[in-house]
Amino acid sequence: MNPTHNHFPEGPSFRSTLNTRYRVASVWQALFFSALLIAIISLTALIYDVVDGAFGYVAYDYKKDPATFTSTPLEDLTKEELLTTLQANLSSGAYNKLNNEKAMETRLRGELYTLFLERLIQLDIKKTWSFTESIMRAGAIRTEAAEKYPDAKLEFRSWLTPQFLTSPMSSKAEFAGVRTAILGSLWLVGIALLFALPLGTGAAIYLQEYAPKNWLTGIIQMNINNLAGVPSIVYGMLGLAIFVRVLAPLTSGSMFGVTDTNGRTVLSAGLTMGILILPLIIINAQEAIKAVPDSLRQAAYGVGATKWQTVWHHILPNSIAGILTGSILALSRALGETAPLIVVGASTFISVDPRGPFSKFTALPIQIYQWTTRAQSEFHAIAAGAIIVLLVLLLTLNATAILLRNRFQRKY
Amino acid sequence: MQNTQTPEYAIETKSLFIFYGSFAAVSEVTMKIEKQKITAIIGPSGCGKSTLLRAFNRMNDFVPSSYVTGEILMQGQNLYGKEIDPVEVRRKIGMVFQKPNPFPKSIYENISWGAKINGFKGNMDELVEQSLRSAALWDEVKDLLKKSAYELSGGQQQRLCIARTIAIQPEIILMDEPASALDPISTLRIEELMQELKKNYTIIIVTHNMQQAARVSDYTAMMMIDDNRSGGVIEFDKTQTIFTRPKDKRTEDYVTGRFG
Amino acid sequence: MQELKNQFKNFDLHKKPRIGEDAIQGLLFIAGILSIFTTLAIVYELGKEAWLFFGDPEVTLAKFFGTTRWQPGIGQFGIWSLVTSTLITSFIAMLISLPLGLASALFLSEYASLRARSILKPILEVLAGIPTVVYGYFALLFVTPILKNIFGDVVQVYNMASAGLVMGIMILPLISSMSEDALSAVPRALREGAYAMGATKFETSIQVVLPAALSGIGAALIIGISRAVGETMIVAVAAGAGPNFTFDPFQAAETMTGHIARISGGDLSYNTIDYTSLFAIALMLFLVTLVLNLISQQVVSRFRERYE
Repeated sequence: MNPTHNHFPEGPSFRSTLNTRYRVASVWQALFFSALLIAIISLTALIYDVVDGAFGYVAYDYKKDPATFTSTPLEDLTKEELLTTLQANLSSGAYNKLNNEKAMETRLRGELYTLFLERLIQLDIKKTWSFTESIMRAGAIRTEAAEKYPDAKLEFRSWLTPQFLTSPMSSKAEFAGVRTAILGSLWLVGIALLFALPLGTGAAIYLQEYAPKNWLTGIIQMNINNLAGVPSIVYGMLGLAIFVRVLAPLTSGSMFGVTDTNGRTVLSAGLTMGILILPLIIINAQEAIKAVPDSLRQAAYGVGATKWQTVWHHILPNSIAGILTGSILALSRALGETAPLIVVGASTFISVDPRGPFSKFTALPIQIYQWTTRAQSEFHAIAAGAIIVLLVLLLTLNATAILLRNRFQRKY
Repeated sequence: MQNTQTPEYAIETKSLFIFYGSFAAVSEVTMKIEKQKITAIIGPSGCGKSTLLRAFNRMNDFVPSSYVTGEILMQGQNLYGKEIDPVEVRRKIGMVFQKPNPFPKSIYENISWGAKINGFKGNMDELVEQSLRSAALWDEVKDLLKKSAYELSGGQQQRLCIARTIAIQPEIILMDEPASALDPISTLRIEELMQELKKNYTIIIVTHNMQQAARVSDYTAMMMIDDNRSGGVIEFDKTQTIFTRPKDKRTEDYVTGRFG
Repeated sequence: MQELKNQFKNFDLHKKPRIGEDAIQGLLFIAGILSIFTTLAIVYELGKEAWLFFGDPEVTLAKFFGTTRWQPGIGQFGIWSLVTSTLITSFIAMLISLPLGLASALFLSEYASLRARSILKPILEVLAGIPTVVYGYFALLFVTPILKNIFGDVVQVYNMASAGLVMGIMILPLISSMSEDALSAVPRALREGAYAMGATKFETSIQVVLPAALSGIGAALIIGISRAVGETMIVAVAAGAGPNFTFDPFQAAETMTGHIARISGGDLSYNTIDYTSLFAIALMLFLVTLVLNLISQQVVSRFRERYE
């Protein structure tokens, strides 16, 4: 009936072409999956790389023999012994300075021991090895250390210690900690959230509940979507120009009688971060408000509520979980952001805790950046330690967000 | 392969049940569809017409929880047998959907695509022209072959979908309310086309529209849901019989408009 | 009861001033409009300083676009050395993230079972949530040594290849999730049409669903490029500290963002050519990413219209 009919393969010949088609398909399917495999491998490699850097052998020696200060073995030194040794051997100027920062008597044994190692016997790191090296070539490392650094002690250590969390910055990697950086980061995200959460929620309420459907609303919405895609370093430039420079009297605190700073304060950085996460908070809050069913609004209007009463008594309580979830996610973005802080002027070396909004500051990602770009491997090790701290913080935040989301999900 | 059936039947079902999970959407359908005739499946909404139609070319396979018991036989082979490849089934049983769904490709490619993947070795231009002529669309689109199929009107798109189905020369064409999204004039053209097509193909059509069933079909299957909300064929006969002397009271009520 | 009802008998339906309501609405409006001011402030501040930069008699457009050395302090204003490295790192990143992102999107939306998705998706989300400075660490201390092992000493300690590769991994989840959205937005009717022609699952995915989702995938590509161009920390850590006009990906070269980060990280005094030049670069960055984002948004909204 149809001249072209014969050109289609039939029966066995069709089946064999079909099998070829299936074979091609399974090859491609395997290729598609391998893309995900690469993603998984990358993630594993990244985590491995960080952990690998944070533990391992370290060879160090003492510039001065401990025996010149004390006859007790180092591990057995008591707090009192340490105190007297420090008092006896530090210059009185140096001792007084330390005492002014924090009274020596109130310091813990661990802190005094660190001072003892740092100031008196002057522990000096010769070389560090990564975790894998330390496990795989322990013998070779021992020989190498014995040959190259005959006076050095070889020790397997974790760079991530309780002391690492509680120590301030130090110019020596082995004594440096992230305490100042963690506090700085907390100040930062605190200020950012204080700024962005009310404004972002307000903007979302306006856009979802109040805004008329006109060109202005369209522009606002488009603008918010665009702001979410502006590179973070541009926000840094904005912060530098506005908060650090133009608003210096406010952000430096000179308006309030603070004299020893310029505009490069934790307040400027926090506000910059706030502007950066504002669009994210707005977009997330809009989604949360959108999820509140219209029947609820109509029910409220139906009993004579005004718009604000409807929003305040019904829409906000029913969307607050979503808004908070979104804010936590925005927060974790702020916690990891680095570029704007560099531009706004995070201090790279600072050992005093931030005491208020007008303090100079550093932050976790800034320390990671600083330490990563140093040449000496012991700084890479503490960068890895700081990364683990940062990732654990982020993980906690995200887990909280997920829990919050699951707890309030599927209400309607 | 032994032909155990009388040759005038294209396909038959034996005690066919279609389940969604534990729910039997269609129960106990046994019918023989005659070759090169139009068989209409009618019945109220939700009675399982589409589900039954989609069982013929195994489109229900894409609903995760669905399965079938009983048999659908085509040339003696059970379409739901273990050794049957659903892709081969669909190669032989084409389908036209409720809403026109041309591919986001040119008109030409819409026709040639199915032929190409199925290993067509002949003259493609000729096949495209022939298929479009068979679907009564050639004169309207012969100068627009490189244009996107989305530039056609709804009626034209639906005829394009018919043309692409004809292009792979199936044995049976399933039509799921093919005119329900179209205006009356387009509907009429599709109906005329069906009369033309039944010279070469067996057509099974699901329709909402009883006048349409009466106008175009040779056989009509009347479906209805039972007390368990499960659909079944309550009467299957020549269309003329169904519309003039139905045996079942419910069919009579339905075709005379006294129902639902 | 009757008494109670009488109290309500006289009522007035006229509008009464609701000061509280109006004040609240005003405040909310200010919150809503604030984002516009952010944009205006960005344009104004970047524009103002960039204007000062281009207003400097030493800076000419011919020098800016016509030369290849960038060192504003000594009167060299050839932006190309920063632009080429930005383009090269972004190009490498897209070379990695587009095929991998698209392939994982295809796998997730077309092949993965619900169970597999529930395991695989969070992995991509974790990848997306890692701070970029951590990626920088990874690029410098893991990927660069590997590149050095493979290609030998042609690979410098800081190089664009390593930064670009890692940036690709960073952008992969974005491309994947946007492409997946686009793929799953393709109506079921289209897939059914293809299956009904006797197409296999693979033929349906690649020859029907993928082309239908192409504009959405294009939007993902554009957003990906915008992200790559604006990414700072990976390149600041791993790509190199110093402008270098080169097309060799194994060499160190500073990108626009990396340059801003390095210079502004030092002691920078206002009203110097170094200061204003950074704003000129930032303005370029802002405009480029703005245009890319706008195009992508337009593409996405057209795509949605088509299938709704």
